[in-house]
Amino acid sequence: MDIILQQLVNGLTLGSVYGLIAIGYTMVYGIIGMINFAHGDVYMVSSYLTAIAIALLSYFGLESFPIIIFGTLIFTIVVTGAYGWVIERVAYRPLRNSSRLAVLISAIGMSLILQNYVQIAQGARQQGVPTMLTGAIRLDIGDGFVQITYMKLFILFVAFLGMGVLTYIIQKTKLGRMCRATQQDRKMASILGINTDRIISAVFVIGATMAALAGVLITLDYGAFDFYVGFIIGIKAFTAAVLGGIGSLPGAMLGGVILGLSEALFAGLISSDYKDVFSFSLLVIILIFRPSGLLGKPEVEKV
Amino acid sequence: MSQQTKGINIVSALKDTVIAGLLSLIIFGPVVGVLLDGYDFTFQGADVAFIVSIVMAGRFAISIFSQTEFGEAFLYRQATKDDGVVVTAPGYKSRMRFIIPIMIVVGLLVPFIASKYVLTVVILGLIYVLLGLGLNIVVGLAGLLDLGFVGFYAIGAYGLALGYENLGLGFWSMLPLAAIMAAVAGAILGFPVLRMHGDYLAIVTLGFGEIIRLVLTNWTSFTHGPNGISAPLPTLFGLEFKRRSREGTPFHEFFGLPYDSAYKYIFIYLILLLVVLAVLYIKHRLTRMPIGRAWEALREDEIACRSLGLNHVLVKLSAFMLGASTGGLAGVFFATYQGFVNPSSFTFFESALILAIVVLGGMGSTIGVVIAAFVLTVLPEMLREFADYRVLMFGILMVVMMVWKPRGLVRVTRTGFATRKGSAK
Amino acid sequence: MSQENILEVKNLVMHFGGIKALNDVTFDIKRGSVSALIGPNGAGKTTVFNCLTGFYKATGGSIMLHAGGKSTSVVKVLGQKFSAADFTSPVRLIERIKYKMFGGSHLVNRAGLARTFQNIRLFKEMSVVENLLVAQHMLANRSMVSGILNTASFKKAEEEALQRAFYWLEVVHLTEFSNRLAGELSYGQQRRLEIARAMCTNPEIICLDEPAAGLNPSETEALASMIRVLRDNHNTTVLLIEHDMGMVMNISDYIVVLDHGEVIAKGGPDDIKTNPKVIAAYLGAEEGEEVSL
Repeated sequence: MDIILQQLVNGLTLGSVYGLIAIGYTMVYGIIGMINFAHGDVYMVSSYLTAIAIALLSYFGLESFPIIIFGTLIFTIVVTGAYGWVIERVAYRPLRNSSRLAVLISAIGMSLILQNYVQIAQGARQQGVPTMLTGAIRLDIGDGFVQITYMKLFILFVAFLGMGVLTYIIQKTKLGRMCRATQQDRKMASILGINTDRIISAVFVIGATMAALAGVLITLDYGAFDFYVGFIIGIKAFTAAVLGGIGSLPGAMLGGVILGLSEALFAGLISSDYKDVFSFSLLVIILIFRPSGLLGKPEVEKV
Repeated sequence: MSQQTKGINIVSALKDTVIAGLLSLIIFGPVVGVLLDGYDFTFQGADVAFIVSIVMAGRFAISIFSQTEFGEAFLYRQATKDDGVVVTAPGYKSRMRFIIPIMIVVGLLVPFIASKYVLTVVILGLIYVLLGLGLNIVVGLAGLLDLGFVGFYAIGAYGLALGYENLGLGFWSMLPLAAIMAAVAGAILGFPVLRMHGDYLAIVTLGFGEIIRLVLTNWTSFTHGPNGISAPLPTLFGLEFKRRSREGTPFHEFFGLPYDSAYKYIFIYLILLLVVLAVLYIKHRLTRMPIGRAWEALREDEIACRSLGLNHVLVKLSAFMLGASTGGLAGVFFATYQGFVNPSSFTFFESALILAIVVLGGMGSTIGVVIAAFVLTVLPEMLREFADYRVLMFGILMVVMMVWKPRGLVRVTRTGFATRKGSAK
Repeated sequence: MSQENILEVKNLVMHFGGIKALNDVTFDIKRGSVSALIGPNGAGKTTVFNCLTGFYKATGGSIMLHAGGKSTSVVKVLGQKFSAADFTSPVRLIERIKYKMFGGSHLVNRAGLARTFQNIRLFKEMSVVENLLVAQHMLANRSMVSGILNTASFKKAEEEALQRAFYWLEVVHLTEFSNRLAGELSYGQQRRLEIARAMCTNPEIICLDEPAAGLNPSETEALASMIRVLRDNHNTTVLLIEHDMGMVMNISDYIVVLDHGEVIAKGGPDDIKTNPKVIAAYLGAEEGEEVSL
């Protein structure tokens, strides 16, 4: 019983982070109708940026937790956002009128470039960050106990805060309105005077900043990472996006949480070696039985 | 075409350059400039300065170039390019036909003139030719992006090793069996996914390749995990190519030759060459058969195909399965050539390499794939000091090819047909 | 089975989310007729077409196609949702699963119904002949073995396919363009090629979605006579959506008028011309425009 509860706590925090990354997939899919294969690697870059930021800040003698975390978040989000912009500019915009296959291959190429570039720059070995926030809440249940670290609480808080801010931007601001209009009908939006190229760039940047948020949180919690982490987590976040209904923002968050919870339960109860296999099988099963996901609208083919 | 200010605007070029410089500083500054070392770091200012200056110089050059008359003409050609598909005249015969017999003859001569080392490199090259041809059917003809091709390759390789260990099956029985197994795996994976948008296939196959590797690594009781497993050599009518044979006479004793480990490579090479030639011929025929035309039509317009009575799922599945079985064949050769397989040979980078072969070589001709496979596998063997940059090069290659020649994957010459009288029945 | 009607549409309903695109549409198409589906913009004509040809799964109602010596339920071959009754009868269950797995709009074509598209869908980077060869996929020799070995029977089947392709090229006056890319043809030629391609599947009924759109008057005249050739020389029933009223009234035997997802009138051209409901629908939809029916 306590194992299950503990896994649920872990799954919830992991799932909220999957949700953050899934937002990048779902928004890009919504606006240009294709999978941004480089997105997982944007997350990977943000892991490195987190460690770099912490190293730089402590070099300048800043040691207190709030300053470090705040500085790291700002630094990582800004730089990762720049990555998002450049990726769109280099690998996607020149292909706006090309076939889908060409864009997909270009995206895969971009993903390879990012992985190998980081590997060359930083070496292939695992990197790490020191533990920043220690301590936990301990809840006794029967014979056992459930431990909720402060870090996990922090992750949940920041993840949901990030999602809340994003929802506000998309629903209430002018930028969000233009995003939604472009998503509905790109041609019409551009006729109405929206610079759709700029909106698509903005969506890539927003997706990258959400991935950066996820990168900071996960890196602080787990400590270790390497240049390959973006691959598996990218597939999982994509699964979350499909599970929630690709193109749907609340769907991405819901899908992330459900995937995190079910994966944690599977790892705790059945096998942790095969938890990646489980998530992937889940993706195939959703695609067979409910390709539109939980909150997505079924796609009507344009004949 | 009325240009008011003819001449080169240096100020705007400089502005572009400064913006590009600042952006590259943000992008490369932290990741390149701060080399992590434990929780500490070393500062690599020179590297950053180098990269940023290259970016700035490049941006400046492009800015100036695009303002020159020649540059404008170049950009115009790029924007309106139509590197058109050409239909050949009926009965057209390529002037390059004589290349085919020459290549076959050279191919047959290689094992007798090349050193053992060269031979092993050429075998590896041919294995990638096979992989490239298999993926070219899937990506090039049918337009389906398969990012887990290495999964089928692994099925073939492990099929041989495990079939030998558990069932005592040798090379010759596993060769067709592995092709069938890979095709069945392709069918199971492809059937549910192929009815959906092409992008889903890409990510599902990406996951599939990774899952195969995870299972091979984790199911230690069956696959021996990361330690790997040995694979048998092919036999010539029961004659083995080992120094000593447990049962029967080995090849060299039978023919009264001194033992030489090159014999087995020569033998593998010759079988492999035959299989590659057969696959090349089949590929050539497929583009002239209803199924090949249906694949290309599906790539062009799926909805129109359905309106003509083509079952789009099954047609795509046939391409996917055929590609997978070619991958399985290549896996068997890989296992027997190495004599040993372990999961580290089947990473995503391997899939990326095969895709890079198809992207680079698929310029409408099958010959392109053959050349690209050799270039991308043999070149890194020779330039080992650049090994770290290999994947980076593949990535840049894919982006540049797609931006520059997105039609690279399409067959650019189509066979013409002589006009007939025409009758309804 | 000498059914008088080739196509029977009963109580067809189609909803997209909350939008009711079609609301109880019922009509029959007589074998060997030229029929037209007309109505103001947004009346639901193309939606009806997409339901008939199996590209949309109708929300309710039935579509029966009587061709090729059997009756086909268009709704059924697309694969319906499981119902409770399926689990009591294994035969029905297996059939349901079969259509769920292998069903789809291609079965509608195989049952004898071909179509063209409002915004032409040719295989633009394949040659004109190849477009017609793809259409004969189901008639071709698809055996992998004989194709790879290039056997005599394979060559014969390919030659027959080519003969058929050139026959249809002649009918639509495109023989001289046979080795051009489909995408290089002019708009009018592309429309004709699309009709030839649909005819290469040997249909008993062909549905043309605005075949005269974008054609000049003389091309439209040629199209009208081609449609008559299809009906008279090839025993093909023709159903078309068209806005060119002159052409519709000229060639149609039977007209169905749609407005707001409902059939407001059906009958011969003369009945339709004088039907007050039809005039009101057109005048109401497009204010100030002179409509001479």
